[in-house]
Amino acid sequence: MSATVTSATGRPAADAAPLALARTLRHRRERRIVLVLATLVLVVAAVSLMVGAYNLSVPDLLRALVGQGSSSENFIVFKLRLPRLTLAILVGVAFAVSGALFQTVLRNPLASPDIIGVTGGASAAAVFGMLVLGLGSVATSFMAFAGAMVVAAAIYLLAWRGGVVGYRFVLIGVGVAFMVQGLLGYLLSRADLRNAEDALTWLVGSVSGARWPEIAVLAGFLAVLLPAIGVLAGRMRMLQLGDDTASSLGVRAERSRLALLVAAVALAALATAFVGPLAFIAFVSAPIARRLVGTGSLALVPAALIGVLITTVADFTAQHLLPGSLELPAGIITGAIGAPYLLWLLATQNRIGKGA
Amino acid sequence: MPQTTDKTTGENTDRTAGRPTGRPTGAPAASARHTLTAAGLSLGYDGARIVDDLSLAIEPGAITVIVGANASGKSTLLRGLARLLPPQAGTVTLDGRDIAGLPSRQVATIVGLLPQQPIAPEGIGVADLVGRGRYPHQGWFRHWSSTDDAIVAEAMAATQTLELASRRMEELSGGQRQRVWIAMALAQNPDILLLDEPTTFLDVTHQVEVLDLLHELNHDQGTTVVMVLHDLNLAARYADRLVVMRQGTIIAEGAPAEVLTEAVVLDAFGLTARIVPDPVCGSPMVVPIGRFHGTA
Repeated sequence: MSATVTSATGRPAADAAPLALARTLRHRRERRIVLVLATLVLVVAAVSLMVGAYNLSVPDLLRALVGQGSSSENFIVFKLRLPRLTLAILVGVAFAVSGALFQTVLRNPLASPDIIGVTGGASAAAVFGMLVLGLGSVATSFMAFAGAMVVAAAIYLLAWRGGVVGYRFVLIGVGVAFMVQGLLGYLLSRADLRNAEDALTWLVGSVSGARWPEIAVLAGFLAVLLPAIGVLAGRMRMLQLGDDTASSLGVRAERSRLALLVAAVALAALATAFVGPLAFIAFVSAPIARRLVGTGSLALVPAALIGVLITTVADFTAQHLLPGSLELPAGIITGAIGAPYLLWLLATQNRIGKGA
Repeated sequence: MPQTTDKTTGENTDRTAGRPTGRPTGAPAASARHTLTAAGLSLGYDGARIVDDLSLAIEPGAITVIVGANASGKSTLLRGLARLLPPQAGTVTLDGRDIAGLPSRQVATIVGLLPQQPIAPEGIGVADLVGRGRYPHQGWFRHWSSTDDAIVAEAMAATQTLELASRRMEELSGGQRQRVWIAMALAQNPDILLLDEPTTFLDVTHQVEVLDLLHELNHDQGTTVVMVLHDLNLAARYADRLVVMRQGTIIAEGAPAEVLTEAVVLDAFGLTARIVPDPVCGSPMVVPIGRFHGTA
């Protein structure tokens, strides 16, 4: 502390240098992690585009990407692999940011759309649409979106006691998740075998069958939602400190929380509508990102990148790395990553509801 | 009380001159003495009434300490004053205007509240946390300015937390952590600072340290301090005005020497006690009489 300069109060003017230093260190750390993650995403993306039934070399890929490829290369890249990769990236971002919002706003690591029944609601509605109403894929997506919204609204209303507290929201959400699970079981057991098989495939979640028009729709929604979340990020940072502190700093806690939850539900609902309930991406991405960054930052960008990494790696693994010729949906892989994490979290978290 | 007199006179201009601005528009420096008043205020949760038809004018520039038995409504009153809890009846007014109708950010530039158990996000650094106190002073696209830096640095210097700037909250002791939270409240730069049991969970050394800090803040900068305390003797020593609550109402209010009598202690806490002058500063000191001691 320097005591050389004095302010008008006669007290020594405080030296702001330690603040600048702390800030620089904090930002540098997050930037570095974003850089590393982005590089990894690029590598995985490139490998996903090159590897397959017909392997492309790096020059082949680059040539195709700038529009100089042969017609078969173009077909492989633009019709087969790039749509799938793009969809994986977009839903990875959507699920991860959705989970980050839920966990921050409700201050509970278990508050994630896949744990509290939001994606479950989407699934139940979609399966109902497929099996009972006999809807096509577009209508099914709409059903899924509506299902997630309805379930989230129900949880919010049930948890409401002059305000919403994280743990109550989570407990009610887990209860609701069991209910929609029961409903799903009922629907599947009553369906005929062939239809049930389609529904089951949808339920595991997969990015195969991606087509450009769908991707454009999803990208359009994200282009609206993500900036809106960016605007609300400052408020979210205050909500991290608890409702009382946030309110006394001038944030309308309940209103901000509702706005952020609506955005989070919309993201999860959209992603589920497009690829099914890819398990656990929403749940694990933000905690991993925050552990990497480790500065109490919201870490939304690192979380989104982790979500992308998990989704793309899971899809690549499901397509190419498993023994035998069977190609699995990506949801199986993400579930295999997420479930152990859930167990670990439950075993080690002694402060659930405090941090996040 | 020599402090009370010099507070109501000279220091008004002094404190505002010393602050590196940060004052919101519409609140010129000269009128920095804000008034906070509760009138016929009733507060509660889910129909249960905890504070009942209570009226209180917080004296600007003074330290007001609210005491009372557990569940007498102290914290609830504080939350009501800070607008964290909407009134079931009555109003809280800030400078004569109903606080419920004012924009929350504007209120936050005048009234700050440090809750009893504030939450620190995992891994957060001290400087980051204190800096978040600047939120109500920043615009839509928050640009961190050198003014913010100066105010945060000053808040941290006043609480002796500047040397902790690069540390994480988890690494700190309870007393250090409490000082950081107070630094955050100071960075908010409120004229009226409400604190809910700022000394709970601290050992006696750190309790005195925190109260000294608040006294200094009040004395040097004229910040109006309102806090809930459990320790009657520390309350009597640090308060300019003491508010004694029982079952959601105020049963006594005024200078500690007038308010803290054996009858009031019995009434508020159901405790028989002797009141003797504090040997250090002459404020009233409560000596409880249990079942096994005393001559009575």
